[in-house]
Amino acid sequence: MSNINLLIDVVLLTMLVLTTIAIVRLDSLFAIVMLTGVFSLLAANIFVVLDAVDVAFTEAAVGAGISTVLMLATIGITGYEQKRRRKISWIAPLTVVMITGAVLVYGTLDMPAFTDPTAPIHQHVAPRFINESPTEVGIPNMVTSVLASYRGYDTMGEVIVVFAALIGVLSLLGIRRNTEEYEYSEPPARPVLQVMSKFLIPFIILFALYVQFHGDFGPGGGFQAGVIFAVAIILYALTFSQQDAMDLVPPKLLKILASLGVLIYGGTGVVSMLKGGNFLDYNVLAHDPIHGQHYGILVIEFGVGLTVACVMMLIFFAFISRGDKNP
Amino acid sequence: MMTLELYNYWVVIFLMMAGFYMLIASNHLIRKIIGLNIFQTSVFMLYISLGKVAGGTAPIAAEGIDTYSNPLPHVLILTAIVVGISTTSLALALVIRIKESYDTVNEDEILEIDRIADEEGSSA
Repeated sequence: MSNINLLIDVVLLTMLVLTTIAIVRLDSLFAIVMLTGVFSLLAANIFVVLDAVDVAFTEAAVGAGISTVLMLATIGITGYEQKRRRKISWIAPLTVVMITGAVLVYGTLDMPAFTDPTAPIHQHVAPRFINESPTEVGIPNMVTSVLASYRGYDTMGEVIVVFAALIGVLSLLGIRRNTEEYEYSEPPARPVLQVMSKFLIPFIILFALYVQFHGDFGPGGGFQAGVIFAVAIILYALTFSQQDAMDLVPPKLLKILASLGVLIYGGTGVVSMLKGGNFLDYNVLAHDPIHGQHYGILVIEFGVGLTVACVMMLIFFAFISRGDKNP
Repeated sequence: MMTLELYNYWVVIFLMMAGFYMLIASNHLIRKIIGLNIFQTSVFMLYISLGKVAGGTAPIAAEGIDTYSNPLPHVLILTAIVVGISTTSLALALVIRIKESYDTVNEDEILEIDRIADEEGSSA
């Protein structure tokens, strides 16, 4: 790692530490939530410096985008004001934290130096992924190869977890349609924002599609694309109204599509079994193994993108429709 | 440079402990969730730091590059971030329901209300 990169890394990490101190010390929930957005953006920058471009992509879209919106929606319901904290002793927690931290720091002294190429983590499995995946799977982005092909089974589990979380949120909150008419009679309250977002939304959606289908060659893939697509609709819902957004993408349709995404993923596995291979073994999907891998990855990434986008939109709808009920 | 060799890991530990502190020292449920999120991000940072290789680039095969950072931690963390936001939203949904039932998101007040309800239940 060149010196300038190391310097950038150290400076960004220090900024992250300062942001964290501010988050821990502040009382205002609103300020804390805003700072967590800053925190995520800094984290995304650090991921870029550490070569994890796909991760940075995801963190920027999820942490700074959706997470902040959901947190704001929640404190909109629970109240911005934090009741005066009871004078709890901070000594006991601080002692516990200090001792744990000291033990962990002691543990790091045995760790291989940062960026050391001979560290154990780089000796096992990783060389295979780095050296073989461009020829074996046939796509340049190794993260996508590992995500969708080598560890496709694992990723399917992750998609199912995301889907299960959606089921949890919907059974806890549900989505209510606001049937009262007064929202329509109101004149547009934010003309500048509305016009600007109308300019932006098509480009955000186009970008999401690019990230989805270019994920084999550059940073990107179904997870990132799904989140970015959802952000476009969330922007629409925030600048216009929840009702408008729900008319555009009806929650009923989203529920079907979210399940369809998981079905596409699992179905690809079943098809590869029917064709005589193992579950999610794409080699058998076409006559040429490389082509099979291409088809397989394209299809399951589409399933991932579909599920993630629909889940994020539905969770957002669930949160803001709950907010309308509690003015 | 011994200090800089381990600086990433120490920052990870600081973030982890800051999140841990927020979790145990605060009685506001949303603050606790934010603490958990900071803890979670510190784990992400640990994995990505471990994956970095000196002189490496992003793991996307290209002409004329032969050192790449380790792609495996990237895959694990990429999916973990999306799973993380899903579970966080589940936690926030629970907080909203608690607010609606108890009219507070303060842990002490919730426990107090539960205690009173228990006493009334046992005496009745």
